Amino acid sequence: MNLYYTSTDHFVLLPAILLALFGCATLLFDFLVFPDPRQRRWLLICLVLGEACAGIRFWRQQEFLNAYGGELTAFNGALTVDQFGLFFQWIFLATTLIVGLISYKYLEVREEHHGEYYGLLMLAQCGMFFLACGTELVTIFVGLETMAVTFYILVGFLRADKRSNEAAMKYLLLGGLSSGFLAYGFSVLYGIAGSTKLRVIAEAVSARNAWDPILLLAIATTAVGLLFKISAAPFHMWAPDAYEGAPTSITAFLAVGSKAASFALLMRLFFGPLGSARESWAPLMIAASILSMIIGNFAAVTQTNTKRLLAYSGVNHAGYILLGLIAGNPTGLKGMLVYLLIYTFMNLGAFLVLTVLTRKGLAGEDINDLNGLMQRAPGYAIWMLIFLVSLAGIPPTGGFFGKYFIFLALLETGHTTLAIIAALFVAVSVYYYFRLIKAIFIHKEEQDTPPLATSLGIRLALGVTGVLTLLIGVYPEPFLRLAQMSISR
Amino acid sequence: MLHPITPEHYLVLSAALLLIGTVGILMRRNAVVILMSLELILNAVNLNLVAFGKQHGNASGQIFAIFIITVAVAEAAVGLGILIALFRNKETVLVDEIDLLKW
Repeated sequence: MNLYYTSTDHFVLLPAILLALFGCATLLFDFLVFPDPRQRRWLLICLVLGEACAGIRFWRQQEFLNAYGGELTAFNGALTVDQFGLFFQWIFLATTLIVGLISYKYLEVREEHHGEYYGLLMLAQCGMFFLACGTELVTIFVGLETMAVTFYILVGFLRADKRSNEAAMKYLLLGGLSSGFLAYGFSVLYGIAGSTKLRVIAEAVSARNAWDPILLLAIATTAVGLLFKISAAPFHMWAPDAYEGAPTSITAFLAVGSKAASFALLMRLFFGPLGSARESWAPLMIAASILSMIIGNFAAVTQTNTKRLLAYSGVNHAGYILLGLIAGNPTGLKGMLVYLLIYTFMNLGAFLVLTVLTRKGLAGEDINDLNGLMQRAPGYAIWMLIFLVSLAGIPPTGGFFGKYFIFLALLETGHTTLAIIAALFVAVSVYYYFRLIKAIFIHKEEQDTPPLATSLGIRLALGVTGVLTLLIGVYPEPFLRLAQMSISR
Repeated sequence: MLHPITPEHYLVLSAALLLIGTVGILMRRNAVVILMSLELILNAVNLNLVAFGKQHGNASGQIFAIFIITVAVAEAAVGLGILIALFRNKETVLVDEIDLLKW
């Protein structure tokens, strides 16, 4: 037991410290240094600087792991930096940066541009850091709540908008319920092992029968809490409402960052300490996965609001990613990582195009608002086509490879029926993505609408997400190698 | 005849509290009462942690409980803040009247 703050501790924790410091500094700068609304751009620059500093530190950790291999354990096993955790840190970094870039114009248009927004983005990312790298229950729980509470505020950020208030309230109540379940599961896991460290819990769990009632209670409550967070059916009810009411830039953050962070935790727990009790949770996960695909697909077909449609499509994607957990072999794990990486860029891109449609006095959330986008802004229309095709999982875009490895893993482990069901649902999902494509390319604009709300930041973010979505589909080797490296210990 | 109170008793009590809290969140109309049900769930967790901490004879459980109390306060503060914003705009705290988004 080491009681001092060592240099390893510092090396591991520094990115999170930097994110928290820059986050708090941005909150202060907002009213001390840059009180004038026209100076808001400096706060965005603060965010970019903070991300750059954290990025440099993550890069140092990456170099260290690449050179020496293995993992870095800090704070007596409370935090572990390994390739798996770092993989997710890069996803969070990219997500926060892109969300920051697309928010500036959007918040200006919605007339709710407040400086604390950028600080909160960084604090949320700080919470995500602990979700991906925490290997101790208290650390994980506090990280999870840091992220969740920040998200409650961000979802309700449009203070004068009733729908945003309502979305925040619903998200808070159901998010709180899921955190409660998760904490209950953690408390029972602590009861089983007598320690909050995942390493000790793993030993205690593998010593027990998988059908031990106490262990079942722990697994069921933990699984329910996490299925809520990844918005898998039947615990997805909050997602469409929270997605619809939240500012569109935050919807993107919620759909990508929060989901990736929750999946990181899910994979840490269910491939790690709970892995030995696979037979007791596999049926639960299979049920959740199939239900997610059914509900996600069929509910998405009837939606007229694009944000709700993408919310149900997110439920559907959560079902697919869960299939990798059910397969449970290295291919499945790799498939989940590749899927999450691609999902990050294609989903951010799709939401980005939706933020551009928001103009003064025009929500831009209806499918009809996409009408005639091809004539108005061919660039955005073509990128949106790529994102939607990728979301549907059609080659040559990245989305295809996400699904490919999941299916491969299912076939390798003999889950042929599941693979067939999942493949059938791809066909259903193509239908509602093509409804959006039809609106963009075939329908005509009804009346003159104001020009799109673009900015340099948005175009930059669009380029990055679009090029990566295509690149992963055309030339996937480096990304597959990255995912492969993340699962080798 | 007196039975000693074992960790199982605490587990049953905390499971009951979890159930009551969950039913409260899903059934009650008033958002303030729902927030109270949320606290009930977190207290079920605290009870578990303290009981198990005593059983195992280490302090991790109690420290975890303190962290949960802190987190619960943060969550309640944000929850009430959002509730006030909502009340200003809609003049109601009854969740079945908060229906702009399809539930």
